[in-house]
Amino acid sequence: MNLRLILTLLLLALVTTSSLGVVYTRHQSRSLAVQLGELENQRDETIAEWSRLQLEQAWLADASHVERKARDDLGMDQPEETLILVVEK
Amino acid sequence: MTRLYAFLAIVLLSSVALAARAFNLQIMETEFLKEQGEARFMREVEVPVRRGNILDRNGEPLAVSTPVDSVWVNPGELLQSPEDIDRLAEVLGANADEIERRLTQRAQREFVWLKRRLHPDLAARIDAMKLSGVFLQKEYRRFYPAGEVAAHVIGFTNIDDIGQEGLELAYNDWLQGKPGVKRVIRDRLGRTIERAELLRESVPGQDIELTIDRRLQYLAYRELKRTVLKHGARSGTVVVLDIDSGEVLAMVNQPSYNPNQPNIDSDGLRNRAVTDVFEPGSVMKPFSVASALEAGIVVPDSPIDSSPGWINISGYTIKDHHNYGPIDVTRIITKSSNVGATKLALQLEPQHMWNTYDRFGFGSVTGTGFPGESAGVLRNYKRWRRVEQATLSYGYGLSVTALQLASAFGAIADEGRMRRPSLIRGASNPAISVIDPTIARQVAAMLETVTGPEGTGKNARVANYRISGKTGTSRKASAAGYASKYIATFAGFGPASNPRLVCIVAINDPTGGEYYGGLVAAPLFSTIMSGALRLLDVAPDNFETALTLHKASDQPVSLDGDQP
Repeated sequence: MNLRLILTLLLLALVTTSSLGVVYTRHQSRSLAVQLGELENQRDETIAEWSRLQLEQAWLADASHVERKARDDLGMDQPEETLILVVEK
Repeated sequence: MTRLYAFLAIVLLSSVALAARAFNLQIMETEFLKEQGEARFMREVEVPVRRGNILDRNGEPLAVSTPVDSVWVNPGELLQSPEDIDRLAEVLGANADEIERRLTQRAQREFVWLKRRLHPDLAARIDAMKLSGVFLQKEYRRFYPAGEVAAHVIGFTNIDDIGQEGLELAYNDWLQGKPGVKRVIRDRLGRTIERAELLRESVPGQDIELTIDRRLQYLAYRELKRTVLKHGARSGTVVVLDIDSGEVLAMVNQPSYNPNQPNIDSDGLRNRAVTDVFEPGSVMKPFSVASALEAGIVVPDSPIDSSPGWINISGYTIKDHHNYGPIDVTRIITKSSNVGATKLALQLEPQHMWNTYDRFGFGSVTGTGFPGESAGVLRNYKRWRRVEQATLSYGYGLSVTALQLASAFGAIADEGRMRRPSLIRGASNPAISVIDPTIARQVAAMLETVTGPEGTGKNARVANYRISGKTGTSRKASAAGYASKYIATFAGFGPASNPRLVCIVAINDPTGGEYYGGLVAAPLFSTIMSGALRLLDVAPDNFETALTLHKASDQPVSLDGDQP
């Protein structure tokens, strides 16, 4: 009789612990899922930012843009053929 | 007593009814109900993937996808507050009545796109208004920083990000990837609180690296546009190939369009370099001469009499511009003599001549995989008449694309080694030998005389480099025979001592009075070639002209700044 009582109590304690464990891991998995979502968003944001920067860079480095700047703003021009000297190594 | 029984009966009946209903719900409809319950908080969410970028050979972006917001509404919800529609319409710059009408028509639905791919500022303003029934959804939008310059090669995508033209269409599956699907549990506010399972892994879109060099592409485009405008031409095409690899470095056409806002009906959508065919005219002469050399009937300095400047074949007269008199095989190319080419061709077996043209790729697709690529037309030799064989020797009676010409000239430049022109970096591309190296060298040497003192292509010269090439001026065929419309072409390569680049220029229907290949196409070839050789750091191979130029200019030449 005594043994049975002890066994019951023990099982009860185990069941309680495991159910608490389930609650805990469940909570943890949810908060991790939230965290994962946040990190994924952050990753997507970063990729988006990168693609925007890439585009901006492409626009700034666009040949027509550079040419306009060089010719109009800086007054640059292509040297005439007579001004080019070919040097033999 | 009866009242008691009646009461009991009612209680009994209702409990039976309750039990039956409970049984029904718990046992019979459990599946359906469970599904419905889960549907309240379980959601299948698509995991969007980004379309791969398209880059040039140096990693410069040519097509980039970036997320933007699209606005959608739940009509039932939004229609309840008409003043919100007015405010929304004001921000979007749209007509409020029209929006209302559209939403009323679709009042039964729960999802209606209002405007897709908004400007980021607009999206922020709409988000700040916090209207009920109005939502923002992230979508990817495709941007083409090179705009019209690379429009034909790259193409564009439609509103759903599916390739419609060019390489966007050809490599759509590769670029697109596959969106994944995940099942999530959401709370009352729509926040994802738990990922139940990943139903399908997403496959991200792959990047593509092209063989195009953006700097060269721009140079070619700018100069082509200038030439087309200057000569009032209907259209024009330039192709630049790297000879050692067969890679397309530049491929531009006029007219063009803006791929960021494509006009579907535009005439400029076609990538004329691969889709449009034309009769090449005199630029074919190197191939008929090569065929004659191969057959062993002549050598480069064999005499040919081109007097009196015309020849009669089965009732047709084939003419030269001038009477060149007695010439040799090389001068057929130098002076572009139709009579000389005809006399050579008529000594050839039709099968042999066809075979040479076929080996150089005329009449079959180049195999770039570009959508709508044309094979051109080269009729079977069994049906050639004598006069046809004659006209084929100087480029009439067959049609080719600019890309085919580029690839064939590349083979002459590279001692008979021919490569499939490619647009995608990293594809293996073995060379096939199409003609004896000695003959290829002989023809290349003949082509160099074209830019020499007596040639037809002096305008194609590039300072400090030796250039080989061939001019072409072909009359366009029309319904009523040949019209007085022309295609001016120049096909060439350089530097002649160790050819690196081949460039084809074709200007369709110049209306400014000049129409000869040597006057319209050759100067454009020269500009593009000189820019390309400089950009790619190709060493000059013609010091003599450089030195004479300096002497002629009478300017002090100094290697170091401190010497006079």
